[in-house]
Amino acid sequence: MSPSTAPQEGAEPEGQDGRAAVTQAGSDAVGETAQPSPVPKGRSGSRRLTLWEKLFAAVHRNWPIRSASLNFALLYGVVFFTSATVFLSFTWWNATRLLEHHVQTSIQTEAHDMMRRWMYGGPQVVSDSIEHRLDQNVDEDALYLLVTPEGQKLAGNLPGWPPGVTSTHRFYETTVRRYSFVTQALLHAYNLPDGYRLIVGHDVRGRHVLQQIMTETLVWCAIMIAFLALCGALVMRILFQHVVRSIARTTSAVAQGDLSHRIPLNGSETDLVATTVNAMLDRLKRLMDGVRQVSNAIAHDLRTPVARARTRLEDAALHARTETDLRNAITQALTDLDHITGIFEALLRIAQIEAGARRAAFAPLNVTPNLYGIAELYEASMEERGLKLKLDLQETPEIIGDNRMLQQAVANLLDNAVKFAPPGSTITLSARPLRVMEDSVPTGVEISVSDEGPGMSAADMARAHERFFRAENARSTPGSGLGLSLVQAVAALHRGQLSLSDTHPSGPFAPHDGTADQDTAHGNNPASDENPLRSRGLRATLQLPLGNPRDILPKEG
Amino acid sequence: MRVLLVEDDPTVRSFVHKGLKEAGHVVDEADNGKDGLFLAVSEAYDVMILDRMLPGGIDGLHILETLRSQNNATPVLLLSALADVDERVAGLKAGGDDYMTKPFAFSELLARLEALGRRTHAEAAPRTRLVVGDLELDLLAREVRRNGQKIDLQPREFRLLEFLARHAGQVVTRTMLLEKVWDYHFDPQTNVIDVHVSRLRQKVDKPFDTPMIHTVRNAGYILRAPEGE
Repeated sequence: MSPSTAPQEGAEPEGQDGRAAVTQAGSDAVGETAQPSPVPKGRSGSRRLTLWEKLFAAVHRNWPIRSASLNFALLYGVVFFTSATVFLSFTWWNATRLLEHHVQTSIQTEAHDMMRRWMYGGPQVVSDSIEHRLDQNVDEDALYLLVTPEGQKLAGNLPGWPPGVTSTHRFYETTVRRYSFVTQALLHAYNLPDGYRLIVGHDVRGRHVLQQIMTETLVWCAIMIAFLALCGALVMRILFQHVVRSIARTTSAVAQGDLSHRIPLNGSETDLVATTVNAMLDRLKRLMDGVRQVSNAIAHDLRTPVARARTRLEDAALHARTETDLRNAITQALTDLDHITGIFEALLRIAQIEAGARRAAFAPLNVTPNLYGIAELYEASMEERGLKLKLDLQETPEIIGDNRMLQQAVANLLDNAVKFAPPGSTITLSARPLRVMEDSVPTGVEISVSDEGPGMSAADMARAHERFFRAENARSTPGSGLGLSLVQAVAALHRGQLSLSDTHPSGPFAPHDGTADQDTAHGNNPASDENPLRSRGLRATLQLPLGNPRDILPKEG
Repeated sequence: MRVLLVEDDPTVRSFVHKGLKEAGHVVDEADNGKDGLFLAVSEAYDVMILDRMLPGGIDGLHILETLRSQNNATPVLLLSALADVDERVAGLKAGGDDYMTKPFAFSELLARLEALGRRTHAEAAPRTRLVVGDLELDLLAREVRRNGQKIDLQPREFRLLEFLARHAGQVVTRTMLLEKVWDYHFDPQTNVIDVHVSRLRQKVDKPFDTPMIHTVRNAGYILRAPEGE
């Protein structure tokens, strides 16, 4: 992973550097032109920001670790460690402060008690009560010293007046000798009447022990936290790598040609990337499938007419006796070649449309007048075949699309209908606005062509839009099996859809008069009741949404 | 007509050259863009055939744009393997008068070429009447008479006949009719154009002794004055 991220990270600080330089230059310029106005404040602000950015960029540039996950883990560790330290320090500070406060309060209480006793009985009572307290061992850590104005010790467990204690307005924390050992004590001196002086104090050795314990705890905590941070970092790294690897695994599988691979979704934020990539792969797969299908189809269906043309020419070259024979063979071969060209063109057009590249000619267009035009074009040839064209064209809203392509799509549908409709039947071309609900604003346009021909089986319908697909009973008719593919491609380009259904889904349709003689295109079933498909008809529906005006804007690039 | 043919493929070039000569045209040819441009600007031609992708650093569109920037209005037929609608539009936008894609049928090329060559004369002055033999089209009143006898035509039939009459004596292909009369650019699988032409025939030829609309095999149709042959 590191080699792939390295250039990215290396490139980033440069970009930031460049940006920083630009901002600085820009702000300088602003500063110079607008000196009198109160800009300097903003200027200094922006300069500090750029300094920060520079610092950050410098750190970023010189940072030795080039693994994103490890850096992430380290950052996590640092943040975790810092916050834990701050938290524990606060606890420590608060605890000692509380303890000290407690000690101070008890000292003051004691001192007040002594002073009250002094009121009753003077130095003797105070020294007695001190002795008494010491004897009773009320508080092991309590310290007392009562001295006469001459500095002579009357009572107490301190050996002598500590040298530093001079003021009576504050607490002293000093080292005092107690019995045989030296300890830390908190002392407060009080002046009594007649020049007597009193010290009340407390041995705070306990607090030191506590401090020590807490410090030790803190150190251990720090070690544990560091360890946990490291573990967490490693876990994060693994998670991070897992996410990145699952994407990398998929993309590398795709790069090696396995388009079926998808990034698994795990419900996290990375799903956003995963779904986008997956959607991209879906589209790629569809396009690749299309290409594969086309190449298969070319191999399969285009070789036949090529072989036919070649055979004709070769046969003519070898066996033609007269010039007329030769010319006939060549003309026929030419027809074959033209047919092949036609197929190629249709294939290319479909591929091009399917690739979505052809939105250049998108413009607002009104479908209905177009349909009248196409209907007029086809009506004559339909009449000649004994077919009736019924128009059911309602006013439709404007859609955004490619007029020529829509014309071609509708023409293909009509061609199909003409090919398969039995003589005497009716072909209906209809258009209506597409609504979500009755009376709501139209969301699109629906164009449909229905015939009363043999229809299609459900299985055939599902495959009808595939390239070169031809239903069994259509094999004998001319055509390449690309018509509906093209319609489908046009529909997809317009974000619409093509659907096929039975014109009369309820069952066999009463045959028309004069249709008993079967059209050659519809198989050879002699009796209509033996073939329930006989007159169910095919209805091709093209649903086109109104389209996004953005589609008519020129494509970027 | 004097025709300039700029085409790099020798097979196609000699084939087109031969065909045009047979049809009675005088052909100059160039096999690269440089020579083509030189000929195009230095000689006067009635019509030009330009291939789009040419060797020599100057392609067909470039020649065309240079010509048009010099106010040279010689009709140009672009002949190219680039069959894309966008390419076609690019060709026509650059000043091309017609666009054909390879592979092509020579009959189609000839028909389009002659239509182009004829147009320069036909469009010099706006015409209100077209006369072909005993057939008369009044373009203002939208009336057709043959032998002084009025023929009732649908608007579309009138446009069809008008197009044929404008190119009287020339072959007009089905594709040209679909493009110019209907403004459609697709390849219908069924014989839609033939049916329209045969309907027109019913009205223009059937009541009279001699037919004027003739079918040219493998190519299209031709409107000819009866005694014109």
